[in-house]
Amino acid sequence: MALPRSFKRALWVFHVATGSCNGCDIEIVAALTPRYDVERFGIMLTGTPRHADVLLITGPVTKPMLPRLKRIYEQTPDPKAVVVVGGCGSTSGVFYESYNVVGPIDEVIPVDVYVPGCPSRPEAIIDGVVKAVAKLETLEKSRGGE
Amino acid sequence: MSATLLNAVWQGLIILVGGTFLGMIYKGLDRKLAAQMQGRIGPPLRQPFFDVVKLMVKENVVPDHAVAWLFNLMPLVSLAAVGTLLFYLPLGGFEPLLGGFGDLILILYLLAVPSLAMVLGGFAAGSPFATVGAQRELVMMMAYEFPLAITLLSLGWYLSSVMPGAQVFSLTVLASNPLWGLVGPLGFIGLLLLFCALMIVTPAELTKIPFDIPEAETEIAGGILAEYSGRNMAMFYLADAIKMVVMGSLTVALFFPYGLSGLLGVTGGIWGSVIDVAFYLVKVFVVIFFAVIVVRVAFARLKIGQAARLFWLPITGISLLGMVLLMLDRIV
Repeated sequence: MALPRSFKRALWVFHVATGSCNGCDIEIVAALTPRYDVERFGIMLTGTPRHADVLLITGPVTKPMLPRLKRIYEQTPDPKAVVVVGGCGSTSGVFYESYNVVGPIDEVIPVDVYVPGCPSRPEAIIDGVVKAVAKLETLEKSRGGE
Repeated sequence: MSATLLNAVWQGLIILVGGTFLGMIYKGLDRKLAAQMQGRIGPPLRQPFFDVVKLMVKENVVPDHAVAWLFNLMPLVSLAAVGTLLFYLPLGGFEPLLGGFGDLILILYLLAVPSLAMVLGGFAAGSPFATVGAQRELVMMMAYEFPLAITLLSLGWYLSSVMPGAQVFSLTVLASNPLWGLVGPLGFIGLLLLFCALMIVTPAELTKIPFDIPEAETEIAGGILAEYSGRNMAMFYLADAIKMVVMGSLTVALFFPYGLSGLLGVTGGIWGSVIDVAFYLVKVFVVIFFAVIVVRVAFARLKIGQAARLFWLPITGISLLGMVLLMLDRIV
């Protein structure tokens, strides 16, 4: 089933910090402020993964966060997209091979879009969310074609 | 007989679809205007429609700990209750469809049903967030139902003392005899106080800021709605939108049932109804604007204790004072 056009216009994002330094999280918050105003694209921050369409995940996965990150991913209803915000989530960044870090996020759950930067700019985060949905749509199409 | 029944079914369908559409538009206006007041551009007016379509596409998750049948039933009950409310309210200056079968007291009870359905759904979800939210919703209901009941009953009582023998709780009678013209100076102040009480109860009834304590996103992750997703969430979303129209229409029917068509000299006919419906939409918008939109931008969320105290002491006090003034108005 193809996603309706409305899906792209009403994305609710849930923000997960898996051990980031808070830099990317502040940039996500900045994207929600009146200056960038993501609500004009229908993007809203939700308080629970049950309402989310897109998971915004920051930071390398620390050991205590590993089971929780998996659980949050499973709690999010389909269809969903995962956007990794920042260098640490994409590659572990400066925390590479740290004793308390499992690894980057794509070692734990499937990732759709990587937004690089330390921290990522709010424009890049918004772009990443939109790209994630475009990817979801192509996935749905290829699944429908089989 | 079957022709009238068919007619009623058609009218009912039109009211349901129209009420839902109107609620979504008011919800879109709410978000747009709130954004404008905060210096943002805000979502398009159609945003609530996008949201609902998206929610219908999403997977409908029932948590492992949930009581599945109760969890799935409650969104339906909530939506059905607010849909029924539309049939008992004079919308757009027309007679209520089921006006002869229920009055203000029934509306008072039906208004409690969606909130109770949310409470049951929250408890059935089996999540600590939803349970805390449901408990808070119960406390809120205990707090705001009393001033709401006093307000509605005082209006009926006053009308019964002016027009003995009339069906004073029927909304048609209440709407065709605006109390502003019947009361003296004391009663006028009383009515004003009752109106204030109703305006403050409105955001609590709609669980909007500053009384969105049961759904507090930032502390209890959406509260009652925390475990709801997909189709169930969409039904609660629609119920919320329709309830906005219901509360607006109730306030308009009780306090501002005036039409413009008489004033403009176009009574009857299609143009008379068009003018009245347009004026009714504006009146409902004004009520929602001042009771919900401005309030939710201007204030932050209260704590549950503060909200309960606010309703039990000052707001109940205001509505009781209004009732006493209305009684004095009849005696003096």
